[in-house]
Amino acid sequence: MAILELSNISKHFGAIQAVNDVSFSLEAGEVVGLMGDNGAGKSTLVKMIAGNFLPSEGSMRMEGQSLVMHRPVDARRHGIEIVHQDLALCNNLTAAANVYLGREIHRWFGPLRVLDYGTMYRRAGEIFAELKSETRPRDLIRNMSGGQRQAVAIARTRLSEAKLVLMDEPTAAISVRQVAEVLSLIQRLRDQGVTVVLISHRMPDVFSVADRVIVLRRGRKVADKLIANSSPEEVTGLITGAIEKV
Amino acid sequence: MTTTLDQTIAKKQHNWRSTLLKSQTFWVLIAIIAACVFLSLATDSFATSKNIFNITRNVTFTAIIALGMTMVIIIGGIDLSVGSVLCLSSMVLAVTMHAGYGLEIGVVAALLTSLAVGGFNGVLVAYLGFPPFVVTLGMLSIARSLAMVASNNTVVFEFGPDHDRLLDLGGGAWFLGIANPVLYMVGLALIVGFVLRWTKFGRHLYAIGGNENAATLTGVPVRLIKVAVYMISALSAGIAGIIQTGWLGAVTTNIGTGMELQVIAAAVIGGASLVGGVGTALGALVGAALIEVIRNSLGLLGINAFWQGAFIGGCIIIAVGFERVRQLRSSD
Repeated sequence: MAILELSNISKHFGAIQAVNDVSFSLEAGEVVGLMGDNGAGKSTLVKMIAGNFLPSEGSMRMEGQSLVMHRPVDARRHGIEIVHQDLALCNNLTAAANVYLGREIHRWFGPLRVLDYGTMYRRAGEIFAELKSETRPRDLIRNMSGGQRQAVAIARTRLSEAKLVLMDEPTAAISVRQVAEVLSLIQRLRDQGVTVVLISHRMPDVFSVADRVIVLRRGRKVADKLIANSSPEEVTGLITGAIEKV
Repeated sequence: MTTTLDQTIAKKQHNWRSTLLKSQTFWVLIAIIAACVFLSLATDSFATSKNIFNITRNVTFTAIIALGMTMVIIIGGIDLSVGSVLCLSSMVLAVTMHAGYGLEIGVVAALLTSLAVGGFNGVLVAYLGFPPFVVTLGMLSIARSLAMVASNNTVVFEFGPDHDRLLDLGGGAWFLGIANPVLYMVGLALIVGFVLRWTKFGRHLYAIGGNENAATLTGVPVRLIKVAVYMISALSAGIAGIIQTGWLGAVTTNIGTGMELQVIAAAVIGGASLVGGVGTALGALVGAALIEVIRNSLGLLGINAFWQGAFIGGCIIIAVGFERVRQLRSSD
């Protein structure tokens, strides 16, 4: 059964048709690259899956159940997590504090309910080990590399045991070496059976890590094919419009 | 030799010693101790029990408000109304008791007034998006004006049937000869320190100061916490007002004038960063203590009192200078 199924989803803002009749489904444990030029409708589509916007038309089903989300919290409750482009991290806090932000673990100290630093450090460390990332739970985000920051943001999604993780341009602003680190983080997520939607401009990233690529142009889906059956040249053609549709 | 991933993750990069040496609070504390040692040797009057008693008690009013101010500064805000809230709280207490009500009723009325003022500040900042500087600047004027209205701008020095109890509350020394205000200060500092270090609320204050947007996205109730923090700040000013009333034994409508700047100075000298996300309860006490030691020592050393402002201002700039150096280092 598909994790998420979109049927004839459209979204318009007044006269502007941002997303037009898009349908696709996502299977458990696959990495799907979502590509398209600026204004192609990627962000609007993602925001609908993340619960920021309601679709104007069409329906979404999650694991066979109809899915209607009014707020981002609804998406999170259904196991959909977003890794924002700016990562939403607090530079002045430790990695573990960021992973657990808003979901802190407590223990009892006599009559007082206090933060359980030990457990949070330990579990955050376990998640980083699982992600094979050299990230120390006690280090401040301020002193971390772009790849480690991504690991912290991704560790948050592991904590909630998300089924679907949407990653918004995770490799846009980091160095080449760190890109490899982030791509391996995505593979770790897939190994855990998580479905990942990778929104990216970078062709090499999508071709190295994704199983499938979906291309949007002017709000319509113009391609949905396995990476193995496509090529960067073809996808570039689809994004720019040189190739009409496949 | 190769280290495994698990070893790397488990490695602690900082031990307590490096943390201590990087802490501004620690260095200010060293400065205070050095100053005290020097003054004990250089003057006969510094290390007397009377002078120590005076210093510790004078520190408390600034320190108690600095505890609340530190929380406001941690979330990246500022509260300029504390001096006036102190005055308003004192005056509500004085007028209520002067009218014949008991100490308990007076204290409750003063604290509720402070909380209401803080709540007003907080709601305007958190829910209506007003800049805290402007809101609390307005409140600085409003609260003092209300104090004048409440008392008709007179001096109140008779506090009704519970007059002596009030004076004992602020001026007594109930435990081991330590002045009561010092006891309150230590108690409040322990509470604030505990909250900042060990509770979710405290953790969320640092998160809001570090990246408010991130805090919102991860489900931290940012607005509610902001209102609570401005209420706590006003409450700390209200408590200081009550204690100061008991200590002075009289209230005028100009007490606490300019105090907001001294309190902010104490918080900043103690290590709180006006950018937000940094600050401790101990820092608030240490910052307040340094200011008081400077003030006291200038007097004892026979330096003209007009120089006080220059020395305290210099300390503020040096404190911010240290922070700037740290920022430059960490951005390398």
